[in-house]
Amino acid sequence: MLYSDKVMEHFGNPRNVGVIEDADGVGEVGNPVCGDVMKITIKVNDDRIDDIRFQTLGCGAAIATSSIVTEMAKGMAIQDAVKISKNDVASELGGLPPAKMHCSILATDGLKLAVDDYLKKHGREPIAGEVKSADPTFDPHEDDEH
Amino acid sequence: MERTVYLDYAATTPADQRVVDAMLPFFTERYGNANSLYALGRDAARALEEARETVALSINAAHPDEVIFTSGGTESDNAALFGIATAGGRSSGHILVSAFEHHAVLEPAHWLGKRGFEVTELMPRTDGIVHPEDLAAALRDDTVLVSVMHGNNEIGTLQPIAELARATHERGALFHTDAAQTLGKVDFDVQALGIDAASFSGHKIYGPKGTGALYLRKGVRFAPYLMGGGQEGRRRSGTQNLPGNVGFATALTLMDAERPAETPRLTGLRDRLVGELLGHIEHARLNAAEATMRLPHIANFVIPGVEGEAMLLHLDAASIAVSTGSACSSGSLKPSHVLLSIGCPVEFAHGSLRVSVGRFTTEADVDFLIRTLVPVVQRLRSMNPMYEKTLAALTGQQG
Repeated sequence: MLYSDKVMEHFGNPRNVGVIEDADGVGEVGNPVCGDVMKITIKVNDDRIDDIRFQTLGCGAAIATSSIVTEMAKGMAIQDAVKISKNDVASELGGLPPAKMHCSILATDGLKLAVDDYLKKHGREPIAGEVKSADPTFDPHEDDEH
Repeated sequence: MERTVYLDYAATTPADQRVVDAMLPFFTERYGNANSLYALGRDAARALEEARETVALSINAAHPDEVIFTSGGTESDNAALFGIATAGGRSSGHILVSAFEHHAVLEPAHWLGKRGFEVTELMPRTDGIVHPEDLAAALRDDTVLVSVMHGNNEIGTLQPIAELARATHERGALFHTDAAQTLGKVDFDVQALGIDAASFSGHKIYGPKGTGALYLRKGVRFAPYLMGGGQEGRRRSGTQNLPGNVGFATALTLMDAERPAETPRLTGLRDRLVGELLGHIEHARLNAAEATMRLPHIANFVIPGVEGEAMLLHLDAASIAVSTGSACSSGSLKPSHVLLSIGCPVEFAHGSLRVSVGRFTTEADVDFLIRTLVPVVQRLRSMNPMYEKTLAALTGQQG
């Protein structure tokens, strides 16, 4: 199993690490039994993601996908941010090994949940659609190719 | 590239230059087929039988013919499981294997389990030991074969093989042990242990990869699974790997000669590692810490709040080679079956670190690992959204 140079670069120097204390939206996905946990906090201004931070417990791919998704989403309208797909994340990173594709689902789901959390706090309808990994019994590995 | 600090000797070892030197003539000058009648063949046959006698002497086999050269630990394990279970056309019976065996034992056992045999996995206790009384309780009248590894490759605990073999024989079954991790590192005497079969690997003892042997006690019925020219007493066909077998035997001779000095040196390095790591990394734990019988060169830790692959990649960036039982590191989906079998919680098994020292390890290597690891763990924990929760659970447990 080999990681692309870009995965290794984001793993070694992850962008936007941390927590926004007065966040407008928070998304938490994964569970420690699977080995991956991700938390994304966002600051939203005029439905645009002004600031975004992440914390991740997980493997190299989990950290790299979290990092790249924050970079992709920063400055984006929330309506566009929730449309970032696992394949967008993977291709932005120059590809992911098949067994690691679930990491990009976690990253995009974390972002979706943060956006919906923001909308919910403002009494608005969620827009992210189905977020499988919000269910604590969800096993992201089920999507792996094997 | 800077020097690699290699701390994964349980995975493989570099071949010793003395081993390589002993092998070289057999590639180009003494290249005969040991099964040919002319002088070149006879020379090869003599060298092959010398290598066999060397191995037989080292393990105290009653006869050199009890040593069958193979391509390594996996082949030996497979041959032992298939060969003993199906000997004489047998197609059913009960097989007992410990739950933390190497996959080279587990997979053939499961294969047999799908084809007429019944397989039970025997759990080790949390001390990393398969207890003879647990084995005695699991043995049945129809048990034909028991396989328990001598030294566990992940956690380094040594199993009470003599007692386990005795309990097995009392119920009329045969006993095999996978000794890939222990040969050359601790005294290994097949007669004192009272075993019927054992698997060995060359590349774990500074010998060449693709070499090893199966010990098969005289009188044990065995169905060969490599068939052809009838080499190795019809038990393993195929032209023998003479350079490899000479290399394996030479490597074993060196291990035996150097063990009296090497064992205390490795134990000292391991104990330094354990002391420093537990002293510098909060909440780190040594797996199977209660076990008193252990290999001198392996230590396995749980480092709560980090994921093993991420830790390994950061250490790799500093040219340190170690290994982890995290699921993510192996491409498999579950963390180490060994750690789970000794009761390690899944979330902690994802954060395990195996360090194994060897012939070329120095104190400076161990110290460099600790110095590099401390900030890596700190950084990964600071990125972990669950860490405060994990910490609260840990301190709650301890207080």
